[in-house]
Amino acid sequence: MIQFEQVGKRFGDFVAVDNLSLRLADGEFTVLIGPSGSGKSTTLKMINRLVEHDQGRILFAGQEIRSFREEDLRRRMGYAIQSIGLFPHWTVAQNIATVPALLKWPKARVAARVEELLHLLGLPPAEFSRRYPHQLSGGQQQRVGVARALAADPEVLLMDEPFGALDPVTRSALQTEIARIHQVSGKAIVLVTHDIDEALLLADRIVMLDRGRVVQDGTPRQILLEPASDFVTSFVGRSEVGLKLLALDQVASRMRQDQHIEGPAITGTATLREALSALIANRTEQLPVVDEHGHTIGSIHVADLLDIAA
Amino acid sequence: MNPTRRWWLDPLFWSAGLLLALTFGMSHLGPLFHALFPEQERPLYEQASFPALVLAHVWIVGVSSAIAVILGCSAGLFVTRETGRDFRPLLETVVAIGQTFPPVAVLAVAVPLIGFGPAPALIALALYGLLPIVQSTIAGLESVPPPSLEAARGLGMSRRQLLWQVELPLALPVILAGVRTSVIINIGTAAIASTVGTPTLGSPIIVGLSGFNTAYIVEGALLVGLLAVVTDLAFERLMIRSQPWRLTPHNRPITSASPASAQMDRGRI
Repeated sequence: MIQFEQVGKRFGDFVAVDNLSLRLADGEFTVLIGPSGSGKSTTLKMINRLVEHDQGRILFAGQEIRSFREEDLRRRMGYAIQSIGLFPHWTVAQNIATVPALLKWPKARVAARVEELLHLLGLPPAEFSRRYPHQLSGGQQQRVGVARALAADPEVLLMDEPFGALDPVTRSALQTEIARIHQVSGKAIVLVTHDIDEALLLADRIVMLDRGRVVQDGTPRQILLEPASDFVTSFVGRSEVGLKLLALDQVASRMRQDQHIEGPAITGTATLREALSALIANRTEQLPVVDEHGHTIGSIHVADLLDIAA
Repeated sequence: MNPTRRWWLDPLFWSAGLLLALTFGMSHLGPLFHALFPEQERPLYEQASFPALVLAHVWIVGVSSAIAVILGCSAGLFVTRETGRDFRPLLETVVAIGQTFPPVAVLAVAVPLIGFGPAPALIALALYGLLPIVQSTIAGLESVPPPSLEAARGLGMSRRQLLWQVELPLALPVILAGVRTSVIINIGTAAIASTVGTPTLGSPIIVGLSGFNTAYIVEGALLVGLLAVVTDLAFERLMIRSQPWRLTPHNRPITSASPASAQMDRGRI
């Protein structure tokens, strides 16, 4: 879908991106991560030509991105940013309809799409479609920002630290939301972040950058278990690797189905990390596991948590 | 301003009514001016009709303001674009000089060059009115939140679409504030056009000054003042209409040319 071939970008003397080669697959959730100045944002913005690369080639759908008209290229890619950038003089519905309007969709189709997206992002249309951005909370604004990015059904969704400015509760709600959207739409998503937990939670694949170069490119599990360098280990957080591994799996995957015990329950969709926390907090070696309706479906034991490499 | 306000409480309605009444009724106020200025033999200006003077005044203000708006907005737009950025200090200096140069002096220079009539007056007034328009155009365009600009480009707006759909609508209230200031100043200043042979509401004032006839001055000044008040109130109305997105609870539309309100707006989204 998107392919970088020996791409370079300088700003004056500063090398932002150095000889970057990367292939982003259809439907994949790729997270670009690294410290500030690592070139992750530059890499993202080179995809939609907000930043022009000065070495190498970037291909989109098999063609060098410079062979497209800038506007056409961008309308085929969704774009959401940390500062959101809603248009303050347009209603929520008008904001979401930005790209469909640029593409001159018929009115009825635009209206139907806007409604669909408002539902998808959990904003009831009757309540929200006619509001102006300043009448929304930060989290609601970013929901509209994401809806706007998705509006014309883009082939890829580019997100530049989209949840970075939100409070932890809102951020985690939106992370869940975007994971669900990725699941149901099967769209390729490229997300930039400096938050390793966000990367581990969302990514199919993590590309870690440092000083304009890829230091590791792999699945969350590979990043945790086979760090390519000390830089990766320290970025992930040396002392927390075990906990982060636990956070990759759900309780249901390690649950014993034959034992039904008493005690405070945990849901099957919780992470193993949450299970460990609950075990410790309850000073017990085992907890009952329930489904979303509260029916007991098994139990989780502290010993099962150790089997993490399996 | 509450849009559902009753019309009979509306200051625009009353001031406009008073302006019309005085424009068409001044000639019937002979007895009043006789009483007020008993030392004058003919206290009512009669060399031209007041409706004609008001019309001529509005014409000269309208044309010179239109020139100032076209020039000022284009110049302000140009220096906020990538290509024109370098010219911004130059433009601001030139426009500031235009403002400090007294219009009377411009007339004195222009008349020998292009002769009497409306042309030198239009030039002087347009030059004088440029500064607030250029400043507000720049301030308005700069008040557009940068994240909105980035999002607009990232979503695939062309430069033209960006300008017409995002930048200008968001800058419009601030630009209108500058135009309002410019036009109001212009209404007062336009009176000097009468010194170079163009009839305006300045004619009775100038004749009154040279003939020691205070009644003429009062008649001219009264209408000039009312015209300014009516225009100012009309602009206020127009500005509120230009920003429907601010007409919500807990929000305040921009109604003055103060850069602070533009700044506040920038921080809002």
